[in-house]
Amino acid sequence: MKVTSYHTTTDIPPIFNQTSSERVATIISRYPTGKEKSALIPILHLAQDEFGGWLSPSTMDYVASLLNLKPIEVYEVASFYSMFNLRPVGKYVLEVCHTGPCSLNGSDDIIQFLKNKLNINAGETTPDGMFTLKTVECLASCGTAPMMQIGKHYHEKLTPASITQLLDDLRAKHPNA
Amino acid sequence: MLDMGQQLLLKNINVPGIQSLEVYEAQGGYQSLRKALSSMKPEQVTEEVKLSGLRGRGGAGFPTGMKWTFLDRKSGKPIYLVCNADESEPGTFKDRFLLEHIPHLLIEGMIISSYAIGAHKAYIYMRGEFAWIFPILEKALDEAYKAGYLGENILGSGFSLDLYAHPGAGAYICGEETALLESLEGNRGNPRLKPPYFPAVMGLYDCPTVVNNVESLAAIVPVLELGGEKYASIGIGKSTGTKLISASGHINNPGVYEIELGLPVEEFIFSDQYCGGIPRGKKLKAVIAGGSSVPILPTALILNKANGEPRLMSYESLADGGFQTGTMLGSGGFVVMDETTCIVRNLWTLARFYHHESCGQCSPCREGTGWMEKVLYRIEHGLGKKSDIDLLIDVAKKIEGKTICPLGEAAAWPVSSAILHFREEFEYHVQFPEKILNPKHFEFEPFVSQKKEVSLS
Ligand SMILES: Cc1cc2nc3c(=O)[nH]c(=O)nc-3n(C[C@H](O)[C@H](O)[C@H](O)COP(=O)(O)O)c2cc1C
Ligand code: SF4
Ligand code: FES
Repeated sequence: MKVTSYHTTTDIPPIFNQTSSERVATIISRYPTGKEKSALIPILHLAQDEFGGWLSPSTMDYVASLLNLKPIEVYEVASFYSMFNLRPVGKYVLEVCHTGPCSLNGSDDIIQFLKNKLNINAGETTPDGMFTLKTVECLASCGTAPMMQIGKHYHEKLTPASITQLLDDLRAKHPNA
Repeated sequence: MLDMGQQLLLKNINVPGIQSLEVYEAQGGYQSLRKALSSMKPEQVTEEVKLSGLRGRGGAGFPTGMKWTFLDRKSGKPIYLVCNADESEPGTFKDRFLLEHIPHLLIEGMIISSYAIGAHKAYIYMRGEFAWIFPILEKALDEAYKAGYLGENILGSGFSLDLYAHPGAGAYICGEETALLESLEGNRGNPRLKPPYFPAVMGLYDCPTVVNNVESLAAIVPVLELGGEKYASIGIGKSTGTKLISASGHINNPGVYEIELGLPVEEFIFSDQYCGGIPRGKKLKAVIAGGSSVPILPTALILNKANGEPRLMSYESLADGGFQTGTMLGSGGFVVMDETTCIVRNLWTLARFYHHESCGQCSPCREGTGWMEKVLYRIEHGLGKKSDIDLLIDVAKKIEGKTICPLGEAAAWPVSSAILHFREEFEYHVQFPEKILNPKHFEFEPFVSQKKEVSLS
């Protein structure tokens, strides 16, 4: 991997701020008493968002403590789902769909374009820690292919020009990165 | 009969602000719920749904009303309603359309359905990638609570319901209903064995549970609005009502269409009202009609059944001919491929998908999907052997029927059907590896079958 630095490492045990703690309580209250484990996946999302875009062992241990679970019960769940990053990632994760319907409409070219542009392979992060490139499976956006997800948003009907614009805009948000 | 263009689910989709409760109500929203709560017993609602002939829109097409009557009501345990909004079948994006643009339709349908089955807690399990839809859904739920459509004693009826949105985290298998329930309980999405884990008996938290697709639950609203009998008069035969079709691939107008079941496939592909034909003047080559898991069909067989009659967009017509010459309506993910498509390449991406998504519990699926992906990779990259083609068929056969959940079949069918209908193209790949080195090998010179052309008109 070409990674030299990450924007966050969590050596300090993470703790949710006030707002997120309240959110955690609300989430837990949605499930019947004794079934609090149901809140695990929603809370892992919250933790990943809050603590640097990935789930470090200390983050997972912290989530386990919130739900009175054994750490292993959290690890085994976190490792099953593709949205949870168990390693540090760039500030922006570019997740390009490469399944059948998207490939009919040029997703291979889009992936190649991104590899060239960022000078990394799928699964890698740019040296400045800005972008991680990933290929993912169908995101229910096949009618607007080719497409990719960045964070909480979809970017559809991609072209080299629209991608260039998008990456420039994202870089402009972090002039000192 | 309705006009082919008339719509039940999407009729108000273009009304500005239809996402909001105010506009949704102004267009007649929540009238079906009011009708149910004020003038119908729960059993009467179920009866209307049975009369409507509505069939599950998630893929299997099981009659919704009948599913509700399977619930174990003697256990004394709470009953749950769970909406399957995991939508991950390649080619399918219609539930997203409803969730994103008209969330109150689903919420209204879920309240009515909960009333009918006697559920007081219901969950919408939505794939985690739809991250921006959660705020939309939560806002709509909030509005519904404030308006008295959710919570205690809804509209003074004495019926109470809590409804929540719950995110998945990236796993196609969590669309399978028992895996979904595992995931909703905070576990890995491993499907459960049936029996004993039929959701109607041992579902969420081991309680009786109904799992229905987003579109099925949304369709409850027009069912009550029209009455079951009138709803059943729309469509054709046992394919009643309307269906959302997600159209993608090589067509001029990709998107989500609401069609009356029974529309001719040819009209759907070529009419400007729907897909609008194939771009760049190319010829149609093949269609996957119901999401990536259903058998692929070549042009001749998708436009017409084997007996020459026009193929229609209905459960029965698409399935006509069985595995040999038919396919399935499935989830309505309609993927169109023109003559430049390489069937092998497309299939390889799907095999990669199933391998990636296998939960790994059963060896035939875990190993078989990986094996098929590898073999397809080598055929597509000029490294295949003639025997690989039969090897693929053999592996597919050894998965089918030997697994805990239907993902095994979902992975096997695309492979066996592609070889059944396009064997020559696989043979070409192993015979002339030098001609397929360019990944876009059929882009400039479409593959031409040496078999006698079947007349299409
Ligand atoms: C591998 C697999 C994936 C599935 N994915 C979905 C899905 O994304 N959405 C869905 O509604 N049903 C999906 N299903 C079907 C569900 O198991 C279930 O039949 C459906 O949610 C029932 O709802 P319905 O009767 O309203 O169609 C899937 C099934 C399998 C085997
Ligand atoms: S068939 Fe595949 S996905 Fe289904 S339970 Fe078995 S291993 Fe898991
Ligand atoms: S195949 Fe890419 S979004 Fe469906």
